[in-house]
Amino acid sequence: MTTTTGPLATRRLILQGAASVALIGLGNLPFAASPARAAANDKYPEDAFKQKSEADAIKALYGKSAEPSDKVKLDAPEIAENGGVVPVSVTTTLDKVTSISFLVAENPFALAASYKFADGTIPGVANRLKMAKTTKLVAIVEADGKLYSATKEVKVTVGGCGG
Amino acid sequence: MASSIRVRANANGDITEVQALIQHPMDTGLVKDSKGELIPAHFIQELKFECNGKDVFVANWGTAVSKDPYVKFSFKGAKKGDELKISWTDNKGASDTTTAKIA
Repeated sequence: MTTTTGPLATRRLILQGAASVALIGLGNLPFAASPARAAANDKYPEDAFKQKSEADAIKALYGKSAEPSDKVKLDAPEIAENGGVVPVSVTTTLDKVTSISFLVAENPFALAASYKFADGTIPGVANRLKMAKTTKLVAIVEADGKLYSATKEVKVTVGGCGG
Repeated sequence: MASSIRVRANANGDITEVQALIQHPMDTGLVKDSKGELIPAHFIQELKFECNGKDVFVANWGTAVSKDPYVKFSFKGAKKGDELKISWTDNKGASDTTTAKIA
């Protein structure tokens, strides 16, 4: 674990350093800097999908951690007979939701799906996920710049990894 | 070729409910075939729903989304007859696009 976080952490520091240097350089052009940043956020978060643990994936995706909230409603079966197809959905009563993500803690790569919501899109989504084995399922809702989470344990009788 | 995307969009008052089903293997890259060789990862990375020139819903997917993925969501601001454009791209650069009329 330390061997993987070590170089990653340094890389992040270097990136942060580079970003702040760039920001100083563009100090007189603040409007040029912000659209570039927004574009970077719209890209496919490849790094986040490669993280093995759910905490690392949340950090890579959002750069902060989430607090549990009863306003996030995560709906998943108690027992999934087929881990290859587990119907999962999230609804929330939170305002200003910009994204919802699903993480499966025991999967080889924790982050399963991340959805972005525009203004006027109702904050809720249903989809079907694969689960390797009995696992904790985490839903993250990003609302008004903060992260909220809900967790549920799903028992898997036949894993979704085939083979 | 028939489209890989099947979509149903129904407006009920101001709210449009969208359900989409896409045909895609969603291979994880971790499963071996009958000869014991790894099946390379092949999965949809991005799925976009666009209505009246605005991205209403964007999905970023990893390998843990089930084969032949299904997704459902709702949005406001569209009416019957409006067009909804759906497009996806996968990790091998393949893509597909379709449009559906909101019913």
